Amino acid sequence: MPLKSTRQAINEALAQEMRRDPRVIVIGEDVSGGAGTDGQRDAYGGVLGVTKGLIGQFGDQRVIDTPITESAIMGAAAGAAVTGLRPVAELMFCDFLGVCFDQLLNQVAKFRYMFGGKVNTPLVVRTMIGAGRGAAAQHSQSLYQLFTAVPGLKVVVPSNAYDAKGLLIQAIRDDDPVIFCEHKLIYDLKTEVPDEAYRIAFGEANIVRDGDDVTVVALARMVHFAEAAATTLASEGIECEIIDPRTTSPLDVDTIVESVERTGRLVIVDESTPRCGVAADISAIVAEQAFGALKAPIRRVTAPHTPVPFAPNLEKLYIPDAARIAAAVRETHGFRK
Amino acid sequence: MTGASLTAITMPQWGLTMTEGKVVGWLKKPDQPLTEGEELLEIETTKITNVVEAPVGGTLKRIVAEAGATLPVGALLAVIGPAGASPADVDSFVRNFRVVEPAKEAVGAQAETLTREIEAGGRRLRVLETGEGGIPVVLVHGFGADLGSWMFVQPSLARGRRTVALDLPGHGGSTKDVGSGDRKTMTVVLAGALEALGIGRAHLVGHSLGGAIAASLAIARPASVASLTLIASAGLGAEINRSFIEGFVRAERRKEVAELLGVLIHDPGAVSRRMVEDVLRYKRLDGVPEALAAIAAAWFADGRQAVDLRAEIAALDIPIQAIWGETDRVIPASHAKSLPKSAAVHVLAGTGHMPHMERAGEVSQLIDRVALRET
Repeated sequence: MPLKSTRQAINEALAQEMRRDPRVIVIGEDVSGGAGTDGQRDAYGGVLGVTKGLIGQFGDQRVIDTPITESAIMGAAAGAAVTGLRPVAELMFCDFLGVCFDQLLNQVAKFRYMFGGKVNTPLVVRTMIGAGRGAAAQHSQSLYQLFTAVPGLKVVVPSNAYDAKGLLIQAIRDDDPVIFCEHKLIYDLKTEVPDEAYRIAFGEANIVRDGDDVTVVALARMVHFAEAAATTLASEGIECEIIDPRTTSPLDVDTIVESVERTGRLVIVDESTPRCGVAADISAIVAEQAFGALKAPIRRVTAPHTPVPFAPNLEKLYIPDAARIAAAVRETHGFRK
Repeated sequence: MTGASLTAITMPQWGLTMTEGKVVGWLKKPDQPLTEGEELLEIETTKITNVVEAPVGGTLKRIVAEAGATLPVGALLAVIGPAGASPADVDSFVRNFRVVEPAKEAVGAQAETLTREIEAGGRRLRVLETGEGGIPVVLVHGFGADLGSWMFVQPSLARGRRTVALDLPGHGGSTKDVGSGDRKTMTVVLAGALEALGIGRAHLVGHSLGGAIAASLAIARPASVASLTLIASAGLGAEINRSFIEGFVRAERRKEVAELLGVLIHDPGAVSRRMVEDVLRYKRLDGVPEALAAIAAAWFADGRQAVDLRAEIAALDIPIQAIWGETDRVIPASHAKSLPKSAAVHVLAGTGHMPHMERAGEVSQLIDRVALRET
């Protein structure tokens, strides 16, 4: 099976769905690049090249460059979705959420409910998350917890190319609004990805590694750090079960709880900030549902409650890494009441 | 006592993509006497847990790899030798042992180049070919499976002989267009595959649904079939596990798939997470649920087998053998009794619906024996 990067996998999912269904359109800032100028079209193909080549295949009626106004992108996409198209709108960096949150929080997330189930909103919002590129505090956040907090939005946080393709196709075919969060630093990671279209159901976690000692739940780029930590820990005799929820809404609570019932120990790794985050949420759910099984306090490995620093040495400290994960697992594993 | 009389037990390579395996546990203790073919240890692979048999008789002189160890293909697991072999000789044998380890890339590349696509009866099929010479052995998998299900038997069958495993339409890497998916369609596809491969006469081996398709080809073109091995075959009676078939068509979740795969084999504990994941990845592909539903409707509607080949098989004049697991929970082993008296029937104890995975050693020997006789 061919190896493909996450960037290729997402591009392939978009192209295949656009070919299959003429209602699918792509709309956002510089999704091709060069619109309205004398310059070259498709100069950008998205700021990190994810939508490159789509305009050549599908034309500028279906690959729409917009002015720099997130509120207009989300407003237009929301209207298009309720009137019969299946837009894939791009919110370039999730950090820009603030200027278009009404469209997402109070419009698309509520349409089905407010209109008594008479309208579908098949909208996908693709957005980049993640620190590690020296892009400072306003272009480096992982804000999926804000979307996860909103009933009516489905939230996808893939960790690899195979999952990204299958989850994006599922998102496009889903009749409800889906926020699809792409970590910038997994774009170049390659996995085996089928050429054919396929769907991965929402709300089913992936068990990345089997283990009986400590359950490690990790999202997006953190899954790879958790795997590195698990390899080190295995040589010390500690076997981690790594669970990648893949979607934070819906969340596969059963898989996490069943694992913790077996291991009795839980570490949650989340690149986002710690307060009111996905790690805090999972921690609360497990404390409620599997308290009796816990042999040690639940540990969260997250970023600190600060903006993402620009200084490279501080940014490195900010992002959870394999060493921190391993240390948390060792502490959890060694805990005695 | 020289090192020459000591035998290394190494991590086997089951299937072309296997690069490492995990020692689940030893079934023999150090210094225990062994006869050739006795079960020695269990290895967990990405697909299933399987047993390594002693290649020679003797004494288990040394266990090198403890339970729980994950080791590359070719790594030393144990040493067998004469009862009198001295510990010093065993020590030096272990010390001087060198792993002949195929590079991971080479193994992957080999598997890639060995699978290829052919056109058969207007449909694109994926095939995996290994070995050269003799009358080829052609392996046809069952409902919902793919050519990978032969991973444990194909390598040994390929010694000195051409072997071809194929993916049926709707399965594995083949087209997901199955048309009506019925007996005629599938038989035409299999005939077309042999033609495309330039195979005039073959030893046909079919499992479950694949057995009924292989038998249908033998009925349609007896001259092109040198022998027929039917493993837990469909087409030999009315009963079939309805909840398995319907569940398999429907299943979308890991848990459902894990439970269904547990029904397939005698020891559900042997199903690995990777095996479940492989089935899920297949089932997620566009067109697969529809293809499986079409095939299930054509062959197994309402929980009964619609295709009954017993009378036509009885009229065949080719060597036929049936291999069945005694505890098969998908198609009962009693169906083997409906074969003509001339057919050899092997019912394997402690085995479910997947003898070629659960008892790979015995099954490949049985296929080999029939194929050797007819070459």
